[in-house]
Amino acid sequence: MNNAFNHPQTVVVLGGTSEIAGALIDRLIANRCRTVVLAGRDTDGLVHATRRAEARGADIVRSVVFDALENDKAEETIAACFDAADAPVDLVVVAVGFLGNAGADLDDAERIAESITVNFTWPAVALGVVARHLRAQGSGRIVVLSSVAGIRIRAANFIYGSAKAGLDGFALGLAESLRGSGVQLQVVRPGFVRTKMTAGLRPAPFAVDPDSVATAVMRGIERNQPVIWVPSLLRWVFLGLRHLPQEVWRRLPG
Amino acid sequence: MGVTHTPLTSQSSEPHRWVIARGLGRSYGDAAQCSGGVVVDTSAYSSIGLIDPVTGLVEVGGGTSLAAIMRVSLASGWFIPVSPGTRHVTVGGAIAADVHGKNHHRDGSFCSFVASLTLVTPAGIFTISPDEDAELFWATAGGMGLTGVVVKATLRLIRVETSWMETDTERCDDLDAVMSAMEEADHNYRYSVAWVDCSSRGKHLGRSVLTRGDHAPIGALGLANATSFIDIPAESRVRVPFTLPLSAVGPHTVQAFNALWFRKSPKRKCGAIVPLTSFFYPLDGINEWNLLYGRRGFVQYQFVVGPQHADVVRAAVGMMGPAGIPSSLAVLKRFGPGDPGPLSFPIEGWTLALDFPAGLPGLPPLLDRLDELVVGVGGRIYLAKDARLRPELLRAMYPRIGELEAVRDRVDPDHVLQSDLSRRLGIGQKVPS
Ligand SMILES: Cc1cc2nc3c(=O)[nH]c(=O)nc-3n(C[C@H](O)[C@H](O)[C@H](O)COP(=O)(O)OP(=O)(O)OC[C@H]3O[C@@H](n4cnc5c(N)ncnc54)[C@H](O)[C@@H]3O)c2cc1C
Repeated sequence: MNNAFNHPQTVVVLGGTSEIAGALIDRLIANRCRTVVLAGRDTDGLVHATRRAEARGADIVRSVVFDALENDKAEETIAACFDAADAPVDLVVVAVGFLGNAGADLDDAERIAESITVNFTWPAVALGVVARHLRAQGSGRIVVLSSVAGIRIRAANFIYGSAKAGLDGFALGLAESLRGSGVQLQVVRPGFVRTKMTAGLRPAPFAVDPDSVATAVMRGIERNQPVIWVPSLLRWVFLGLRHLPQEVWRRLPG
Repeated sequence: MGVTHTPLTSQSSEPHRWVIARGLGRSYGDAAQCSGGVVVDTSAYSSIGLIDPVTGLVEVGGGTSLAAIMRVSLASGWFIPVSPGTRHVTVGGAIAADVHGKNHHRDGSFCSFVASLTLVTPAGIFTISPDEDAELFWATAGGMGLTGVVVKATLRLIRVETSWMETDTERCDDLDAVMSAMEEADHNYRYSVAWVDCSSRGKHLGRSVLTRGDHAPIGALGLANATSFIDIPAESRVRVPFTLPLSAVGPHTVQAFNALWFRKSPKRKCGAIVPLTSFFYPLDGINEWNLLYGRRGFVQYQFVVGPQHADVVRAAVGMMGPAGIPSSLAVLKRFGPGDPGPLSFPIEGWTLALDFPAGLPGLPPLLDRLDELVVGVGGRIYLAKDARLRPELLRAMYPRIGELEAVRDRVDPDHVLQSDLSRRLGIGQKVPS
């Protein structure tokens, strides 16, 4: 169950091998979390993430293997995660995503479809199933990792950005539909995060590392913030950027 | 009472249908919540029987509030034997938390005054008392609703001559002074409680106001009150109009408030006559006082440690100031010996109740440190006020919890009775080693 500070005891992380997820899981374990279910594609990564969570002090760590290209298996994957938790699930983190390379991918129809599936379709299908499970449970929290890349789309990563835009909108809509159900949904919008996914790219202004994202998400959870921007200043920056004329936006660094 | 009881059974074939009783919801945490399950509204069980004029025994419904009982009982000179800090709690809630009052050092807790009760459980309906199925009776006393729903109870009321209190108040300059004053003379009073200022530092650390007293006999009332020996308490009209966006209770407001309140109290004042309601239920004077804490609400923390561990109380009070954490209401009391309930909170010693605005940074780790101190000396925290204990510590604090779990397996083999609290703390569930 969640405690008075909104700290969860049982957590499911979809995309549990990502660096942001790892940093967040560390924080959650330091604040009471005892059971962690990690779902991911990369089995080596899952083994590594499991060891890490155990070393940080989680009592029960289980893993579920899935592929975010298989929409028709999302239902099964989520059910397996809830079974593995073997207790009411207090928090589900959706951290599935894949940046790709917009320029190179554009010529390859399959790559476009894959990016949209991994970043939007699968997470959306999964969110629907998670919401159903949590509604039945009568309590719980969902944290969805979106990105500022979906708030104002740029040429450098527009396939990823447009998929995140879809996911962000889907998540906000789902949050509304969950009002009054005892289930809460929060959206996280990080700026440029320095991870292996962004290695080699030139960091955009306001770049952060996975640890800062985890810290901000933890605070956002404690405070029930519907939308968590990281860094928080981006909320105001994007208020302006959203309305910049395209000619100016195009020339901005990052 | 015109209500037929049926045993609690799973309402449907769905796997997760938990049930827990709820009284007036005055427990601070998640004891009376049941996510995804059924919360039993007990307000239908609100009957009050005739008071036996000789013994003071009265049969009441489990959902009857203490306020309702005293409105009736005071008229014939009877009063609630144990009063928590608010009268807006139900008999069922008072039994489930085995509540204590300012007279614990002398009279014990609420369930010591329960002659018998009727409990609806998944396995059937039981009428139990300390002599009849004592195991189930004491597991229910302090059992946080996990043994069933109390629908009826017979209470032993106490005789009073008036609805007034005769009180002595003294101001103590620090924590040691108030603790020794309590050790020396608490036994002379039926009721005793100290209000400790945790926001002061240095030599004023733990300055306190100690209030003690008893029900005033008719002879103690001056002529002015002579026509109203019994004044039936009316409901309060003052209320906090809305939830403040931010907490009105911050380090500075608390410090200022405590300093003001401390200076306003007399150095020593004996024999003051005050109305019973302001003595027992000061917060009931303001409806929805909790809204003062703002949207994020507040967290209560209450622990008890043995009489020889005054140092833990001192350490707890000393931790607040330096951590920048204000606790506006720190209430210190001495408990007498506990009753046989395996999950009943009171044990002999010192108890300190603190409350905090929930959003304070640094509060969760501070409370975790307090837990360690408390459990280190064999103390425990009060579950009716908890919403954040580390589950691992529960069994160290309540080593006899297995007795409650065994009884629960008897009356609720399918574990239908569960609350958010029981699930959060793993009561009745396997504990990971
Ligand atoms: C301002 C204030 C001051 C307080 N001061 C004190 C104090 O001095 N001393 C003290 O001991 N406590 C104190 N409390 C705590 C309070 O007395 C307890 O939490 C009490 O249990 C609340 O009763 P309730 O009817 O509101 O029960 P709820 O809060 O609704 O429920 C509390 C527990 O009782 C169970 N329960 C309720 N009704 C039944 C029933 N019919 N059958 C079985 N189980 C039932 C619930 O399942 C739950 O576990 C205070 C609370 C407040 C708000």
